[in-house]
Amino acid sequence: MNARARAEFEILKDRERCCDCGLCAKQCANGVYSVTKEGGWRIADEKCVNCQRCVEMCPTGALKVIKNRNAPRSDGNWHLQAVREIYKQAETGGVLLSSMGNQSDMPAYFDRIAVNASQVTNPPIDPLREPMETRVYLGAQNREVKRDANGQIKPEGGALRLEVPVMFSAMSYGSISYNAHAALARAARELGTYYNTGEGGLHRDFYEYGANTIVQVASGRFGVHKDYLNAGAAIEIKMGQGAKPGIGGHLPGEKTVGDIALTRMIPPGSDAISPAPHHDIYSIEDLRQLVDSLKEATGHAKPVFVKVAAVHNIAAIAGGIARSGADVIVLDGWRGGTGAAPTRIRDNVGIPVELALASVDSRLRAEGIRNRVSLVAGGSIRNSADMVKAIALGADAVYIGTAALIALGCHVCRSCHGGKCNWGIATQQPELVARLDVEEGVRRLVNLVTAWKHEMEEMMGGMGINAIEALRGNRLMLRGLGLSSRELDILGIMHAGE
Amino acid sequence: MEIYAKGMSCEQLNEAVRRCTDKRIDIRACNGQRFIACAGAGRSINVYGVAGNGAGAYMESGELRVYGNAQDALADTMGGGEIYVFGGCGDAAGYAMRGGEVYVRDNAGYRAGVHMKAYDKQFPVLVVGGRAGCFLGEYLAGGIIAVLDLHNEAAPLGEEAARGMHGGRIYVRGEVGVPLPECTAARRAEAEDMRLLEPYLRKFCAAFGGDVNALLADKFTVITPAENARAKRLYVSN
Repeated sequence: MNARARAEFEILKDRERCCDCGLCAKQCANGVYSVTKEGGWRIADEKCVNCQRCVEMCPTGALKVIKNRNAPRSDGNWHLQAVREIYKQAETGGVLLSSMGNQSDMPAYFDRIAVNASQVTNPPIDPLREPMETRVYLGAQNREVKRDANGQIKPEGGALRLEVPVMFSAMSYGSISYNAHAALARAARELGTYYNTGEGGLHRDFYEYGANTIVQVASGRFGVHKDYLNAGAAIEIKMGQGAKPGIGGHLPGEKTVGDIALTRMIPPGSDAISPAPHHDIYSIEDLRQLVDSLKEATGHAKPVFVKVAAVHNIAAIAGGIARSGADVIVLDGWRGGTGAAPTRIRDNVGIPVELALASVDSRLRAEGIRNRVSLVAGGSIRNSADMVKAIALGADAVYIGTAALIALGCHVCRSCHGGKCNWGIATQQPELVARLDVEEGVRRLVNLVTAWKHEMEEMMGGMGINAIEALRGNRLMLRGLGLSSRELDILGIMHAGE
Repeated sequence: MEIYAKGMSCEQLNEAVRRCTDKRIDIRACNGQRFIACAGAGRSINVYGVAGNGAGAYMESGELRVYGNAQDALADTMGGGEIYVFGGCGDAAGYAMRGGEVYVRDNAGYRAGVHMKAYDKQFPVLVVGGRAGCFLGEYLAGGIIAVLDLHNEAAPLGEEAARGMHGGRIYVRGEVGVPLPECTAARRAEAEDMRLLEPYLRKFCAAFGGDVNALLADKFTVITPAENARAKRLYVSN
């Protein structure tokens, strides 16, 4: 019942252009296209996720995917999405499962913040002609400066050096493909930054990228062992994730096959369950214990990140984490992406990262402990302007996940949980994975981050700032647009015009 | 090598252990220093006194013997080797343990053996001589937990044992004594079940004393995941 009404998209095939090559059917893992007994095309609109693969691949440009013009009646309260979700639940009794970030159309605070520029009273800087410092160190902020025999300052012990303040955020091998991980790892190395393994362990082929790898430890402890902990440049304890704060994860047995099981170090075909809590962490003291035990296991050589979802009392939580001995706090906002999360959790739990970041930075400063830790913000950094604003709100660096995947060819069809990604990213089917060209992927990721770096330099130059250090937490460079005074207070910025 | 640990911080103690190249290290007057034998491999470490939190965490191989009690998070994410505790242990022992064997002579605290899992040739085993606290073997995915209740206390297990268990087995000497969740099945251990447990009981008795044959002749209950324990299809794609 209601299959046609549930179809979000309809496919228009131009009969005049179509050359009946059948490529669309071969390209679509969702089985939208089939040939009838009579030799005609049967098109199952309801199976289409609008990933645009067939449209891009069609040699004659005969295909278009559009919003289904046929739709049940909807209004300002009963949006089509709400009606369709009820159809699905009434039919199956299932919990709604979605992929990627919160799609709420509430405006991002980033979009309501304007950046400053120098005029007359202080000169802007031209980044093409003058040096711009975009290098950032994460962790070990308060160690004393040491010099070598030649008087050169030695790099701070164990701190991560980022040539550009962007890292690729945690996406496990299992949630994304081997080729996607390969591209992220190689791009991170080329860019002088880091990618994150996520909680699915580190594939043996990628140990060679260890110097640009952050290894994650989550509640399921999949693939966590001594060599893994020592393989990366840093260790991230995942306490929470912006897309699904407060709940765990479950990779069903059908997906834990082959190298996925091997890398997670579980028997093939067994459910990989990440409990909602770490059952050895019920307090800040317990967190400290895990931080310390990871440091012991790695000879105190690696910074430890603690990643939490942005939630209501985040400032107090971050204060606790800063005192737990962690080197870096990662704040993941409510728009953060995911390979699979219950829709209701994703769209209703947690708070925007802009507010969380500002309040955490303020609190840590007020308590005089901001220099003990670095702050990394994630949860929908979409472009260089978001990055610049995040840094001015108090971040040392940002994490990008979805943006990196889009660079790799993701078309944001939000169907990662189905495992049939036609672009070879969120899938483990070998014939689909092979579609992602690693070389090309590396090139596109490097392009993206390099372009962002240039844009950031231009914005910094415009503000008369030539080093990230001077931008971090520099909220005087920001003004709010159409925000309430309460919102401005929390963001710690003035309104435009003030 | 022998280390007199009194007054040492855990960093100092573990640094001393890391630097030492001896295969055998005795730590005397240990007073709760944490992370002893953390990520340890190929060595025999004897602790006299109380081993603090996180003893044997990420341990790879070798042996850790604690002549006294161990505190919380014993054998956290342990991968291999053997741990003997000549006393009791605190909470969360063997969390996410993937391999190796842990023998605790007396009682274990809350949340012992949570999320243990087996992998390839790695097979984690946790044997508790006394009783175990609440939430034993939650999310158990692989390996063996045995609770021997040798001191015949009120009940061998606390409440909420084996919640979310989907692999592995839990042995309890005598009756379980608490309600078990639907995802599990409990039955009297048969000869075949006892054959699986026997080598570990032998090691337990060899370390702590006791008559292994009498123990093997006792009635044991074995808890396994129920036939249909696979997580239900809870979700609908949106």
